This record gives sequence, structure tokens and C-alpha cells, in this order.
Amino acid sequence: MPTVSVKRDLLFEALGQKYTDEEFDELCFEFGLELDEITSEKEILIREQGGEKAEGASDVVLYKIDVPANRYDLLCLEGLVRGLQVFKEKLEAPRYKRVSPADGGEPQRLVITEETASVRPHAVAAVLRNITFTQERYESFIELQEKLHQNICRKRTLVAIGTHDLDTISGPFTYTAKPPGEIRFKPLSQSREYTAAELMSLYKTDSHLRHYLHIIENEPLYPIIYDSNGIVLSMPPIINGDHSKISLNTKNIFIECTATDLTKAKITLDMVVTMFSVYCDEPFTVEEAEVVYPDGRLSVYPELAYRTETLSGDFINKRVGINESAESIAQLLTRMCLRSEVSGEGDLIQVEIPPTRADVIHACDIMEDAAIAYGFNNIVRSTPRTYTVANQCSEEDIADKLRKNITETRAVHISNPKTADFQVARTSLLPGLLKTIAANRKMPLPLKLFEISDVVLKDETKDVGARNNRRLCAVYYNKSPGFEVIHGLLDRVMQLLDVKPGRNQGYHIQAAEDSTFFPGRCAEIFSCGKSIGHLGVLHPDVISRFELTMPCSAIDIDIEPFL
Amino acid sequence: MADTGLLEALLRLLEKVDGGIDSQDVAADLGVDHQLIVGAVKSLQALGEVISAEQKSSKRWELTGEGREIAEQGSHEARVFNAIPDEGLPQNELMKMPSGKVGFSKAMSNKWIRLDKAHEGGPRVFKTVETIEDTVRDKLQLVQKGLSAKLEDKEKNELKKRKLLSEVTVKSYWITKGSSFSTTITKQETELTPEMIASGSWKEKKFKPYNFEAMGVAADCGHLHPLMKVRTQFRQIFLEMGFTEMPTNNFIESSFWNFDSLFQPQQHPARDQHDTFFISDPALAHEFPQDYLERVKQVHSEGGYGSQGYKYDWKIEEAQKNLLRTHTTAVSARMLYKLAQQVNTHTHRLMLVSPLFSSDLTLLCGIIFQEKFTPVKYFSIDRVFRNETLDATHLAEFHQIEGVVADYGLTLGNLMGILHQFFTKLGITKLRFKPAYNPYTEPSMEVFSYHEGLKKWVEVGNSGVFRPEMLLPMGLPEGVSVIAWGLSLERPTMIKYGINNIRELVGHKVNLQMVYDSPICRLDS
Repeated sequence: MPTVSVKRDLLFEALGQKYTDEEFDELCFEFGLELDEITSEKEILIREQGGEKAEGASDVVLYKIDVPANRYDLLCLEGLVRGLQVFKEKLEAPRYKRVSPADGGEPQRLVITEETASVRPHAVAAVLRNITFTQERYESFIELQEKLHQNICRKRTLVAIGTHDLDTISGPFTYTAKPPGEIRFKPLSQSREYTAAELMSLYKTDSHLRHYLHIIENEPLYPIIYDSNGIVLSMPPIINGDHSKISLNTKNIFIECTATDLTKAKITLDMVVTMFSVYCDEPFTVEEAEVVYPDGRLSVYPELAYRTETLSGDFINKRVGINESAESIAQLLTRMCLRSEVSGEGDLIQVEIPPTRADVIHACDIMEDAAIAYGFNNIVRSTPRTYTVANQCSEEDIADKLRKNITETRAVHISNPKTADFQVARTSLLPGLLKTIAANRKMPLPLKLFEISDVVLKDETKDVGARNNRRLCAVYYNKSPGFEVIHGLLDRVMQLLDVKPGRNQGYHIQAAEDSTFFPGRCAEIFSCGKSIGHLGVLHPDVISRFELTMPCSAIDIDIEPFL
Repeated sequence: MADTGLLEALLRLLEKVDGGIDSQDVAADLGVDHQLIVGAVKSLQALGEVISAEQKSSKRWELTGEGREIAEQGSHEARVFNAIPDEGLPQNELMKMPSGKVGFSKAMSNKWIRLDKAHEGGPRVFKTVETIEDTVRDKLQLVQKGLSAKLEDKEKNELKKRKLLSEVTVKSYWITKGSSFSTTITKQETELTPEMIASGSWKEKKFKPYNFEAMGVAADCGHLHPLMKVRTQFRQIFLEMGFTEMPTNNFIESSFWNFDSLFQPQQHPARDQHDTFFISDPALAHEFPQDYLERVKQVHSEGGYGSQGYKYDWKIEEAQKNLLRTHTTAVSARMLYKLAQQVNTHTHRLMLVSPLFSSDLTLLCGIIFQEKFTPVKYFSIDRVFRNETLDATHLAEFHQIEGVVADYGLTLGNLMGILHQFFTKLGITKLRFKPAYNPYTEPSMEVFSYHEGLKKWVEVGNSGVFRPEMLLPMGLPEGVSVIAWGLSLERPTMIKYGINNIRELVGHKVNLQMVYDSPICRLDS
């Protein structure tokens, strides 16, 4: 869940209302946000780097707010405020408009060459005209790009955003891909030019950028965007050029998003322009840009598409469990930035999905928004009438396992284990019990432990190539081995399972060799003529490998035949 | 037990006195060692209220070995004086006497004798007085007779300095008659025996009282792990509510069932190596219901069933990847798919037998769906695995508790209602719900309960209504809603048993003493 950090006073100023921490927390809860932490830059520095470093740091109160992972429109102060203001009916949701260049000239154009196909084939672009930045707005603009990069852009693998001062560059722009040795430019916050290959080694130690290098590192061609004079705008998804960098004084911004996933690129671009067009001279308008594909196809961006869904008030009422008129449901939805009207045909409601709400992909998403606006906690809680009969876990799927020979099995391996202890899924319960004894050596003897649980075994006949196997394992750890104790346990277990001693229909044990056990002190257990496991005195090597000092006997059996 | 004769002798002495008697005096009276009397007192105390004895200590002056010798033979100086004849004695001869050295200097300072150094034949000692009074001996004899009180403290201290007297602490008992005093001894029995019952002799016997302050003998019994105790309680609650247990014995799952079937897109962060354990061997699942897989692919990449879809390039290779299941919802997906197949098999059969009704088939199928779909309530409690940062409350595996209800027309209000019932059985009655996001449920709700101890709302679980994009490709009828919720088993267990570090609860570092000591689990109290 992404966390957005906003200055409390700025937030309240924008909301036009002051809240106590509790009141704001309550508002967040209702809206599906979470006021995670109340802090300040100073506090964060003190916590992370100690008091000295924090000296002179700002103690302006910061709210850290958790935002649902699919609500990209709430990832910055501007979006949060807009969402909450509309929710509180203090503001009508703005209508975002794509416009042609005001001077009647040609729109900016981004031409994609075919070389990009192998590395990062998609790009979209747009222009924000006559924007006015302040320090706070500028910071928020940078922060939003970072949040989008971390979330919808999947750490820049799917989409990378580049923003440029349009007045420093001239279109048309070319998005192409070149061998790293042939790319040369001065990147953001560096004082000289580097080749792309040099940049990759330079950023190896950069705490921020090194995480993105792997995306193109092993590609023969790197993506690169030039203006008509050969000036580098950016080398996505790594770094922008220094030449076109935006500043507090930037008035016109060219935004490009390159991507491996076109849908996500369109959403990302829509988010950036809908959030920040509020600061344009003509708010909520965005100047279009053309993107030309290698095959000559031309697309105009940003899409800023509005979609209309029609659904009935009855659908909402029935799914949520409320009884509201179509008019009031339309009103509820409008509060969630989904402008809605009753169409006049029965209780049908026309719901307009704005470009900011890419998360709404089905009627059920609209239904949820109606429920949120109604207030989850205002919904009457009712018991479903669903009549069912309870059953404990059935035995039917166990029966076919009877035929399987446990000795054919092998371990399942984990490809990204956390620790050395966790490289395979366990195939035996015994090591766990012995480790438990080792960790509890201070306890009085004898220690008698058991576990009945699942192990995992490879099994080609299963769709995933593996299956669980339920086993019983018990150990007796004392000054004497206590084989008779473990043997007695087997007898008792079999008695409870109603299996009588005997060679054919019953169970019996017979001498066997197994490297886990002391020679001559191990027996194999058969039930109904089928081997189900072993019991015996553990081999001294096994005991010492678990850092134990006393004799120990153990039983380990497959209990699936008895379930 | 001390000798009965001694005990009775002691009791007879005690009978004669009015108040009490000191054990030292008893020892003196009976002429036995004091330690024997102490033993007798203890034996009598063990018999109950025969006597009562209070320990006391007193100080007493006693002669040292040298002191006793002097009391008998006279002080060294007196012995020196008496050894000197009228004509005197050579000094070197006098010094050979046992008391010579000390006696000479003391007798000199008492001016009883004199030394003639210039005497012919060497220095010679002469008496200076006719008779002497040996006060040291007299004083010591007084002490010996127990009359030390007649001496002044100064005198006693002087004798102590000369190591002739010593002050000793004497421990003794002040013995008085008990409430059931008697001069005859009745032996107390420790336990009732079969013989006593047979002969009726228990009626005459006295029984030694039990010490009710002591702990009982530890019971020899097995102990269930707290996690298993809490698990049993949760199972019980589900069974009481009419839920059927799902078979969850498949830790290894394919990405298809764990994610794709739940409409969780392939680029979702949860499908990252950082969140999920993938399997290297067997790396891929090789068998899927083919037509269902096609429908899942379609709903992800193009949409359908009223959905816009995610509009991305869905890949079978991604769906095939095996993993350690990250939630038991993968099992719920398999179960719901199975449930949908029962509905569809029936429909197909109907189509085969009645091709003549083709024009009315859609209608007919609708009716059959309605009739054939059986509502279900499922639950499971089993292990799931996540590649999480390990800390005091997180391990790479935990137990997920999950409840699922599928029926026509279930509402969000129904979900809240059933959650209310479920948590009421856990003893949690104050609930509220927060909108949340989950890729496969819409609406999604986090469940909060009011914690009376912490005086705040704490998250206790997650819930939601499964998305149509998950249910419809499975083949479930359109009007069927599926509501579900989940929580972990470890958290309530840690809270219930006051465990702060999850490693003490789960894994081989479990504290067996905690397992031995933890009480039974009653979740509603």
C-alpha cells in the first residue's frame, strides 16, 4: 500500500478546513485511507540518523497517509484534496479537457522508430501549458512521478516518466534505441557528458538509480529520446538529460512516458496531467501531443477518456444490501468523482468514469464506491439465509493416495529461499523435532515430542508436480533410548486407529536398515502389508549433528492410509 | 523418632510444672545431652498439639579448658607460689614448671614473690608473703557452679581476656503443654491404608496433617501446542456456523490458481520474487482445465463479463510457475471452480438429451442453473508462505483462516452480518469496516475491532466480495455472489497467550515450558 506524505497545514489549507488528528483519521477511515503516522522531517531524521543530523531540519507536521494500491489519483496532495473535497461535496469533480495548441499551430510530435521494438516499444506524450509552480507544487510534481514509478509503473519496468521544460527543446522528438556506446549526453545533476555505458557503471553505486539499471543493462540497444537538434531529453527508464530539466520557473512542460505496457503508460500520463493541470492558466486543460508509430500510425495523447456505464439502482441496492432511490445512489456516486445521473428510464443510472478512475473496470467497482459513499458502517448487518450442512475435511481425496509409494518421492526445491534452512519444502518432520529438543535442552528429561503435519513430496501425477503428505513423527529423548516407549506409542496409535497387530490385515514391524537409525535398532512398520514408515533408536551421528547428547528413539510414519 | 522413653520422661516433667520448662533444664534434670532433648521436642511437635515449643536463645558464661584446669588446680600464680619452699628456688628450675612462665610474672605483679638476681649459684626466687588468696580460682569456681551472676562484668571480661571464660549462645526450647497434652505417646499415621479400612482401626488412629501449602505432583500428561488449541476453537466456530472444511493439503500451487484465477494481474507486485517463494523443482505446473484457462486469459487481457479487463499481454508461462501458496484462497478458487463444474455438467447433460427444445434452451438453462447450483459455505485453516521481512511478529509462513460463502444474492450487508456472528463467537462484538483494496475482491473491507485494553480500533481481518471477473470465467451462474474473509491464526494466538516473539510460538525455537504451562483455549473469554 503506497504511503503519501503531505504537510498537514498545506492539506488543511487546501481542504479549506482544520481538523483535529482524530477527526482527520475518522475522515480517512470512512474514505478508505489510513492516517498511518503523524510526524515531521525532523522526527524522521532523528529516528533514522540520530539527533545530530536532524538539527535545523523542518518540524512542520507531516501526515503519512496510506492510499489503496489501485487509487493512483490519490498519490499526491492535489489528488487527495480533490478526492476528499468532492467526497465532502465541497467541490464538483473537474472535467479534464484535451485541447489543441492555443496558437493554432501543430501539436508537439513524438516519432517512435522501429529500433525500440526490442527493448521498450511504447511511448505516449502530452504538454502542460502555462503552468505556475511554487516550491510546494514543484516538490509535489516530482514526488507524484516517484510514487507512480514505484506503483503502477512497477519500479519503472512497465512505464517510465520524463518531464521536460518545453522551452529549452524543440520538436519533433524522436524516440529510438541505440547501442550504449553511441549514446552520449549530460545527465541530470552531472557536470559533464557521459556515454550510456559510462552512466551504467556510474549509477552502479547510486542508491536510487541502481535499482533500475537491470531493466536495460543487458539489452544491445538502449532507449533514448532526442529533440530535433539532437539534444537528449532522456534515456528511459534510467535518467533524463540535464538540458531540458524543469525548474520552479518552467512554464511549459513536455511529458513523455515510455513503456512496455501501453495501457499502463496511458493511465500514468493521464494521472500526471489530470493532477497538475490544475496549476495551468486554463485549469484542467491539457495540450495534445501526437505519437507516430514506426508503421506510420498516428495517435493523439493524452487520452483523457470518459466512459459511461449504465446500471440500475436495484443492482446497487441488491449487491450492497441497502434500499436507496436511484437519485440518491447517483448522488452517492457523484461524491466518489463518478458523475452520475438518473437516465429517466426506470431506475437506470448513467455513470461517467473519468480518466482519473482507471481502477473502475466493472460494475462491481461502481457498486463499491456507492457503498463507500453510503458508509460501510451505515449498512444494516444481516445474516445470509444460506442453508448448508457442515462437514469436516472429507476423506475422498485421501483414498487414491493409498496406492502411492512414498519411497518414490523427492524433495521440492525453492528457487528464492530466505535462509539456508529453507531451501526445500520439508520431506520429514524429524529434523524439526530434533531441533526443538536442541533449543529446549534445559527442560527436564524425558522429552517426549510429536508432530502430525504435512510434508511436501514431488509427484508427477499432480497438476503442479507435487503433493502434500500427512505424517506423524514422535521422539523420545532420555538417558536411555526408550525403544519400548516409542514402540508402545505405535501400538497405542494403531489401537486407536483400530488396526490390530498381525501380518496381513493388521500391522507389524520387522528389522530394517536405515542410515538415520543405529544399526540393529531400526524396524520398518507395515500396515496391511504396506510399508508406512520406520521406528528405532537414532544413529549417534544423527544425535550429535543436532547437538544433542542423550540417546533418542523415534517413529516416523505416513498416516494418510488411516485418515 | 526419638526414643519413646525419653519422650515420655519429658512429658512427665512437663506435667509437673505449671507454666513451661526450658529444654536445657530438662537436659540437666534427665542428665542427657541437650541435643537429644531437641530431637524429642521435634518428635513431639510432629504429633500435633501435644506440646508447643518456642525456640529461644540465651547467653551464658562457660569455663574454657584452661579455666576448668584452674578451677581444679588453682591459678598458675598460686601454683608457682605454693611450689616455692622457704629457702627459695632457682629461677631456671621454677621456669621448668608447667605454670612457670605465666605464674611467675603474675605472682611477681601480685608481689607474692621476689627475685634475687645476685644470689650465689644463679638467680633465685623467694616468697614475700606467708599466705595468699587465690581469687582467680574462686571466681572461676563460682562460674562453674552457675553463679556467674555474682561476678561483676569487669571481672568476667578480665577473665575472658585471659581466655579462661567464654560467653556462649545457647539455643533451647521453651516447652509448654499443647491443647491435646498427654503423657502417653500415640503415633500419627501418614496415610489411610486398606488394612485400616478393613480393620476399622482408622477410627482410633491419629493422622498426620497434610501441608496444603505445597504444590501437587506434576501430572504426567501430553501438551498440545497453543496454535493447535486455538486452531481447534476456530474449526469449532466454523462447524457451528455450518461451514464445510476445504482440503488444503497442497502447499505447492501454480501461479494460475494462486493468482491468475483470482484475477490478480501478472505484473502485480505480490507476484514478485520479493513477495512469493517460487519453486525451482518442479518449476512448472503442466495441467490446466484448458477452456477455463482460455477464459481467464481473455478476462485479463481483453476483459469480458462486463469488465474492461487489465488490457495486457497475458502469458501462460507466467501462470505455469509453481510457488509455495501465498494464501488458501488458491484452494477456495479450486473449490469454486469445482462447484461451477457441477452446475455445468448438469447443463451439458440436459443439452444432450433435449436438442429439440433449442429455442427455449437459454431459458431452460437459466432455470436449471437456479435449481442445480448448491449454495456452499467453506472454511480452511492451513499454512501459507510469504517472502516477508522476518521480525518479532512475522515469519515466512503462517496459518491463514479463511471463510467463504457462495449463494444467490449475497449482499455486503450479509458479509458484515456473518462477520459479526463469527467475531461474536470469538468474544469480539464491536466491529467496524474500512474500505480497502484487494485485486480479487470488490468491495473489499478491512475488519477492525475495538480493543478494550489498548483503547483503540485494531485490524482483525480482511474481507470482501469476490470479483465477477474471478467467478464468471469459472462458470458460476451470474446471480451468485461469493463473500469471503480471512485472518491469521498466529496473531490471535499470540494475543491470547501473551507471546511477544513469534519465534517462541512457531518453529523449533518454541519454548516447551510455555507449551507445558499454557491453559486451554477459550476464545470468548
